[in-house]
Amino acid sequence: MNAPQVWILIPGISAITLFLLRRWYRSTVLAGVILTCLLALLARVLPIGKIIEIGPWTFQVDESFFVLGRRFFLENGDRPLLTMVYILAAFWFGAAYIARAGRMLVPLGLAVVALMTAALAVEPLLYAALFVEMAVLVSVPILLVPGKPLGRGILRFIILETIGMPFILFTEWMLTGVETSPGDITMVMRAAGILGLGFMFLLAILPFHTWVPMVAEDSHPYAVSFVLILLPWMIFLFGLGFLDRYTWLRSNEQVYELLRLAGVLMVLTGGIGAAFQRHLGRILGFAVILETGFTLLGAGIQGEAWLTFVLLFPRALAFGVWSLAMAYLWNQGQKMDYQNLQGIGRRMPVVTAAMVLAQFSLVGFPLLAGFPIKLVLWDQVAAQSGWQALFALLGSIGLFASALRSLVVFVTGPDDHPWKITESWQFLLLLGVGLAALLLAGLFPQLFLPSLISGLNAFSHLAP
Amino acid sequence: MFDSFTFQAISMPAILLVFITSILLLLGRDWRWLIVALSLQYVGVFLLVMLSWPLEMAVVKVLTGWMAGAVLGVGVAIVPTSWKAEESSWPSGRWFKLLAAGLVTLVVVSSAPAIASWLPGVGLEIVLGSLILIGNGLLNLGLTNHPFRVTIGLLTLLAGFEILYAALQVSALVAGLLAGVNLSLALVGAFLILVPSMEAVD
Repeated sequence: MNAPQVWILIPGISAITLFLLRRWYRSTVLAGVILTCLLALLARVLPIGKIIEIGPWTFQVDESFFVLGRRFFLENGDRPLLTMVYILAAFWFGAAYIARAGRMLVPLGLAVVALMTAALAVEPLLYAALFVEMAVLVSVPILLVPGKPLGRGILRFIILETIGMPFILFTEWMLTGVETSPGDITMVMRAAGILGLGFMFLLAILPFHTWVPMVAEDSHPYAVSFVLILLPWMIFLFGLGFLDRYTWLRSNEQVYELLRLAGVLMVLTGGIGAAFQRHLGRILGFAVILETGFTLLGAGIQGEAWLTFVLLFPRALAFGVWSLAMAYLWNQGQKMDYQNLQGIGRRMPVVTAAMVLAQFSLVGFPLLAGFPIKLVLWDQVAAQSGWQALFALLGSIGLFASALRSLVVFVTGPDDHPWKITESWQFLLLLGVGLAALLLAGLFPQLFLPSLISGLNAFSHLAP
Repeated sequence: MFDSFTFQAISMPAILLVFITSILLLLGRDWRWLIVALSLQYVGVFLLVMLSWPLEMAVVKVLTGWMAGAVLGVGVAIVPTSWKAEESSWPSGRWFKLLAAGLVTLVVVSSAPAIASWLPGVGLEIVLGSLILIGNGLLNLGLTNHPFRVTIGLLTLLAGFEILYAALQVSALVAGLLAGVNLSLALVGAFLILVPSMEAVD
């Protein structure tokens, strides 16, 4: 047995099996949750490349798996990252049935996780772009709602992500040349330029971001948040792999400058965009853009790549709670624009509180999960450049304004309409747990920070 | 049998074939003819890839392309109404598309030698064939919102890239993964065509 078989092949085969069995919705969701929890647990406890003794049995989980002469490689340093990836999947699958996020979410979500893990494990790195592209294509049915006309956002998503793949493949070929002659500045500049362009497409960086709010407007909120959190984050990890592998890239100050610049632009675009939207789905989309910006900002601070890892937990928690609350509205047949949402706070106070507090947490509001991390990030960015920190703050203020505006819309209504909790108990339970977690993570960040930072062990040159 | 055959001799007919078929894919109105043009385009792709790859690997390109075409064709055949809506709005911009394709061709022909000089060991005929497909694929993508045409545009774009990439990398895994990407794209394209007419389920 070897590690790639455990964390790539098993979930991949299970994804196909669950896809064929998707008719039994509840069972497939349950199986998906159990499997992802199990794989996360295995990643936590099972050492790779060492002999394990259990009673009279001894066995070893090898690091390598060869396919057509190429190696898939997962080592001990990757285990914390694998744990994070599979916990994230389990977290989303856990409420998929209650959220009625569609029968495709669990089987295809599992396939996306397996493909993205393959992208991180494959050697040489160039093949990863192909796995990323397949993960993108596999994620498309998750975002589609049967019987609903096709939106333009989904087509843009496929087009832009597909265009990004050739750039990365070319870069990898060029980088081989750069490695052999690092003094060739023209070659280095071309390779860096093409690599940057490829990641602009893949990570939906300005000006290729337009599909994000469009898809978020048209798709089921819970399904869309899964795709929009998992895919960009894992594509970002793929990008970190380039920084980790190539010294000339890692040691170049301009690369970090560009990352921060792209990050600031994304945070501003996301924040300002969110402030002027009147549709909850689009606001969620712009919040995703804002968070991608924060990830880039974190990566743009040399020697502080751990920041990008610790951002994941509060982000996943906030988007999970926010999209679950939106899923309740979606399932009620509620339209998501402000005009149709006036006064819903009086009928659905817990759903309303969840949506608003999740946005506050993303902004970095004190006492909530996002606060400790955003505080450190702003501090670090300000140490690099004052104006970049200022613009990043402005972006966050944009999302904050959007959250306040939403709150006003939700609670405004006829005075004679009484406040009453009408949400189902399942949603009350899940949202209650989510809100408590948002608060606890804000109060006790030391509980989750160390395990998240250890995710960076997968990138030995970037680890603190 | 192929040892004595000069593959370079077929490069010009192959370039002509991909040029004509990519223009047909841009201007064609009947989905059946579009599938035929796509299939022929992959024959051109196969011939150009064969300049760099052994026959048994190059043949994967044409087989994958034909399978992708078949999958897309089945998708439209199941919901022919989805294509009728597209057809009715199609003829108006035909001359515009032809003009745009002409401009793309001019850009491709003028830039191909410079790009070929960037890529050591890659012949001009490969760069030319590749850029024609990439250019017309991008043009197709920019002019439509129909999932069938978008998928064809993406397949054309990828085919162009694959011709060029085949000259840079000879790898069975890359060939397999690119085939997987093409087939996945066709499946997703067919799903996109079908999904508006599917019955909603919880």
